[in-house]
Amino acid sequence: MAGGAAGGGGTQGDTYKEARTWLLLPTWVTLSILVLVPVLLMLVYSFLTKEFRGGVIWEFTFAAYDQFFCDRGLFGDEPCSIEWTYLNIFWRSIWQAGLATILSLVIGFPTAYFIATRPARVRPLWVFLITIPYWVNLLIRTVSMRFMLREEGPLNNFLVWSGIADAPLQMINTNFAVQIGLFYSYLPFMVLPIYAAVERYNFSLSEAAADLYASKWTTLRRIVLPAVRPGVIAGCILVFVPSLGAFLAPDLLGGAKNFMIGSLIEEQFKGNAGNWPFGAAASMILLSMVLVILMIYARQQARAGGEER
Amino acid sequence: MKNILKSTIAASALLAAAGAAQAEGKLAIYHWFEYIPQELLDKFAAEHDVEIVMDTYDSNEALLASLKAGAMGTYDVAVPGDYMVKIMAGEGLLDTIGEGELSNKGNIAPKWADPAFDPGRRHSIPYQWGSTSFMVNRDVYQGDINTTDILFNPPAELSGKINMLDSQGEVLAMASLHMGIPQCSTDREQLKALNDMLQEAKQHWASFNSDTAKEVLVSGDVAVGQIYDGFGAKARAEGANVEYAFPTQGYVVWMDNVVLLKDAPNRENALKFMDFLLEPENIAAVSNYARYGAGVTGAGEHMDPELATQPESNPPETAGAGVFIEVCDQQTQEVYDRIWTALKK
Repeated sequence: MAGGAAGGGGTQGDTYKEARTWLLLPTWVTLSILVLVPVLLMLVYSFLTKEFRGGVIWEFTFAAYDQFFCDRGLFGDEPCSIEWTYLNIFWRSIWQAGLATILSLVIGFPTAYFIATRPARVRPLWVFLITIPYWVNLLIRTVSMRFMLREEGPLNNFLVWSGIADAPLQMINTNFAVQIGLFYSYLPFMVLPIYAAVERYNFSLSEAAADLYASKWTTLRRIVLPAVRPGVIAGCILVFVPSLGAFLAPDLLGGAKNFMIGSLIEEQFKGNAGNWPFGAAASMILLSMVLVILMIYARQQARAGGEER
Repeated sequence: MKNILKSTIAASALLAAAGAAQAEGKLAIYHWFEYIPQELLDKFAAEHDVEIVMDTYDSNEALLASLKAGAMGTYDVAVPGDYMVKIMAGEGLLDTIGEGELSNKGNIAPKWADPAFDPGRRHSIPYQWGSTSFMVNRDVYQGDINTTDILFNPPAELSGKINMLDSQGEVLAMASLHMGIPQCSTDREQLKALNDMLQEAKQHWASFNSDTAKEVLVSGDVAVGQIYDGFGAKARAEGANVEYAFPTQGYVVWMDNVVLLKDAPNRENALKFMDFLLEPENIAAVSNYARYGAGVTGAGEHMDPELATQPESNPPETAGAGVFIEVCDQQTQEVYDRIWTALKK
């Protein structure tokens, strides 16, 4: 945008500059109302005293963060030792989200590559086919996955019929089911950015590599992957971040036996605990983690941009 | 074409205006999901010339959270469970029903006229009542099911096939009954033992799920499921070979109540609605729909005959006492919250 303005004549550039401030106003207003203010509110709440059964008392305290990091025993009167409960919940969520991301990448990259190498005419059709299931609400898709995975569901019937398994496998209410659910929920977020990157890739580079006796694997590794890396990273972030906060798949497919970050936070507001400051604190910790990931991405992007120039 | 469009718009505007002018007042209900038949709402709307708006929630705690987060002054009535009536009254969220403001107050069944959670019925009227226990699939297990061991110390054939409600109150109350300790215990040994017992029992559980409590029983995903009696009756009606248990150790009893909210924008209509629900015929329509008991004298005559005889509503001689979920003070509750978090960590 800055480049466009500089390219115009002197006076015109000034006009744009002035107008730009005003033209961007709706963006800033929207961003502050929908992002900045809620996050600040959450930050403030995380340092307030909890009111019994929901709500806050306007007194500053670190109690919420203390609860997150300090284990003071069942009765809350022991000296502080490291609280593993919440760290474990966070670790479990990160692990699940990371696995879902890898799974999506392994399936999503070849899919995207396949679509991008079809004739330009039929590509939109393939993209369309990928997106069709996602017109249906996420809740309904997750419940349908329950039906697929249950003991007498189609998948088990097929496994037994084909002789792959002797007896129906216990798939529902396992981590495996959660994985499948997360993977299925967010796969297109992996496919679409990679597809966009691969489509822009100049395939004559691959031909040149082949002319220079590079094997297909070497070409993929040293030519294609570096070129489409921004798309891959964007896809990974788009899958990882929502998986991290997901609670539909863990609840409906995993049996809700173990809290994930999302369900832990939900419980603080909607459940019996009614501990709003703690819910806010857990959200802030999650938010900081996501921000760190995004910052690493941004720095990488900046570095990659610098290399190109 | 343009003219047709214009006249259509004009006509619909007129209709909308007429609709608004027609209804004399409004009534805003905050209610559980799928808990009142639409025909009954229509009947009230027609009888009293009132436009009804209804929003829904899925747990007592969600109701409280939403009201405390700023929904007060939006709704006229809500339908909290027994212990939540007490909590809401303590939080100052309920308006008091004045003497003589409800002409049908005398219709409340004597058993429910002066409950511990709302002495003298100052804020509430009965809506539906029932029990929370569990059901067992009789194809899988033929032994004695009237014991809480089924949930907390199950026989081998039921281990790993148990669904618990994803609700702290229901699970911990049942666990306290199993151990024979008070629900709001402050005895450290008892609390530790409760915590240990639950950690052990969890090994046998397949899932925590409230919304699909009926579905998992009908589909056979689990063989044992904690469930409300009316919901259980529906599971049986849908063809599952399941039986509702009344443990000798006791079971949870609950009552949902219509409360008058503080700052109700349509207080008059709210009272009319409460009177309406105290008519035996009307509350029986709710029972026929939801399959739970009503707390109104004479409602039985208007109910489906099988509702009175369904096994889920008729505890056998051997059944232990039905108990309400209790409201603990803050310090005690915090320990129970920790036990629950430890159970689901």
